[in-house]
Amino acid sequence: MREIFTQFSYLAASVLFILGLKSLTHPDSARRGMQQAALGMLLAIIGTLVQMDIVRYDWILAGLAIGTVIGIPLGVMVPMTAMPQRIAISHMFGAMAATLVGVAEFWVHGAEIGHAKMAALGFEVLFGALTVTGSFMAFGKLQEIITGRPVTYKGQNFVNVMLFGATLAMFGYLIVNPFSPVVFYSMIGLSLLIGIFMVLPIGGADMPVVISLLNSYAGLASSATGFAIGNNVLIIAGALDGASGFILSLIMSKAMNRSFGNIIFGAFGAAVVKSDKTSAGLTVQSISAEDAAIQIAYAKLMIVVPGYGLAVAQAQHQVRELAELIEKKGGEVKYAIHPVAGRMPGHMNVLLAEANVPYDRLYDMDEINSEFERADVCLVIGANDVVNPAARNDPSSPIFGMPILNADKAQRIIVMKRSMNPGFAGIENELFYNEKTSLLFGDAKASLSKLVAEVKQA
Amino acid sequence: MSLQLLQLYVFVLAAFVGFLVITRVPPLLHTPLMSATNAISAISLVGSLVAAGSDKGTVSTVLGFIAVTAATINVVGGFIITDRMLKMFKREPKPDAAKAAGTPAPGGK
Repeated sequence: MREIFTQFSYLAASVLFILGLKSLTHPDSARRGMQQAALGMLLAIIGTLVQMDIVRYDWILAGLAIGTVIGIPLGVMVPMTAMPQRIAISHMFGAMAATLVGVAEFWVHGAEIGHAKMAALGFEVLFGALTVTGSFMAFGKLQEIITGRPVTYKGQNFVNVMLFGATLAMFGYLIVNPFSPVVFYSMIGLSLLIGIFMVLPIGGADMPVVISLLNSYAGLASSATGFAIGNNVLIIAGALDGASGFILSLIMSKAMNRSFGNIIFGAFGAAVVKSDKTSAGLTVQSISAEDAAIQIAYAKLMIVVPGYGLAVAQAQHQVRELAELIEKKGGEVKYAIHPVAGRMPGHMNVLLAEANVPYDRLYDMDEINSEFERADVCLVIGANDVVNPAARNDPSSPIFGMPILNADKAQRIIVMKRSMNPGFAGIENELFYNEKTSLLFGDAKASLSKLVAEVKQA
Repeated sequence: MSLQLLQLYVFVLAAFVGFLVITRVPPLLHTPLMSATNAISAISLVGSLVAAGSDKGTVSTVLGFIAVTAATINVVGGFIITDRMLKMFKREPKPDAAKAAGTPAPGGK
């Protein structure tokens, strides 16, 4: 009877999870759907707790209590600007749980594990362990505990390939000889190292791909846990997570016109390809907030291109304020969101939604690219590579071929920038030297506040 | 072997469903999607509970305890933050609501 209840709770959870994800296809249905998914989770937890196998509750209750105490502030207090590192650290927790369950399983049943089960268990701890350290590194880079710049050294790819090869060899050995504790634990050790070395050479601009990829790995590790302990709801939920992360990484790498391998083996940071074009002999026009306000105030259509700089300056509320003023004067404001703007998929969308920008004002690259020609002003806030025309017309540029927002097609372009330092990838941006472009230097938040004050008077 | 084969069926079908559903999620909701799938895959809590509660020796219990803690962080934090994000996505207020607030209806849609 108990067993049947447990199995039905798992089945219900699986269905509710899928419905929850399906609800995410539209913002109006999403919230309710996810609440149902949370209910599914609760059912599965209760279903597990009544199981015969569970004979003591002291450690369980302690874990649940501590996890809740840490989990609530992580859910309630983390600001939207810190979402990328928040997601990265949660991948670490997820993978940690999967890995530890794998180790416990090996510890208890080590001697009686068959080849097929070892394959699942090995996969679980391999992907789990590398996701733990990889996610922690990603977290460190995003939180700026570790330098966000790519860390590279000579022979890096060789070291990584050797490490990965050795780990795979151990995995193969374990499938043939399941009970080899030394090999099992060494493999976990190496996987932990791989996670560190894998993320080390990756720069901030590539983070969206890495986070998506780690999301996928964490899911696959959970799924493998399901295989190892014979639990279908784990297999299903893990597969959903794995598929989601995989799709997101594909979308992200496509939006950067780069292959998976290219990102993982850190080509962006490692080979600093210098573009032929330099800024020598070119000048930029800077503009004061007063003059910029005059251009903006009576624009019929203004397109805002937000980038990571917007998140850093936490200027999303000021952007909305400016947009409302322009709308009051009869203009229209649209937001152009590049898929890799920011440090994770959808980063700019949550940031602007937090500032109460209605979501029907946020446009994907494909939807809005044809509208730039019509725009009186394009306001670029802390974005760089995603509006660099070199991606279109300079084959020597490292970002050549990447789909970009057609900011340069607008009538006038105002770029908000902290200084003239080139962006994260260290690539010059010819948009800044365009004769239609004016640069408004300074902190984005302060500049926007000034603009708001000026537009109010205009 | 038949058990593993059945598991593989479940995995492939679930991945397939996931693929079909998730390709339809708009880029607008990609961050909530990521935190949602992360919360959902914290279902490994189920496995952690068994490891922590089945009394198979201190090592298994302690590892299970840490795993329960880690997974619970993701369940609790993950669903809360997803809900917090989704709550923020609002449509443009209706024009008459804007009028009531004393501002002219914005142009466009």
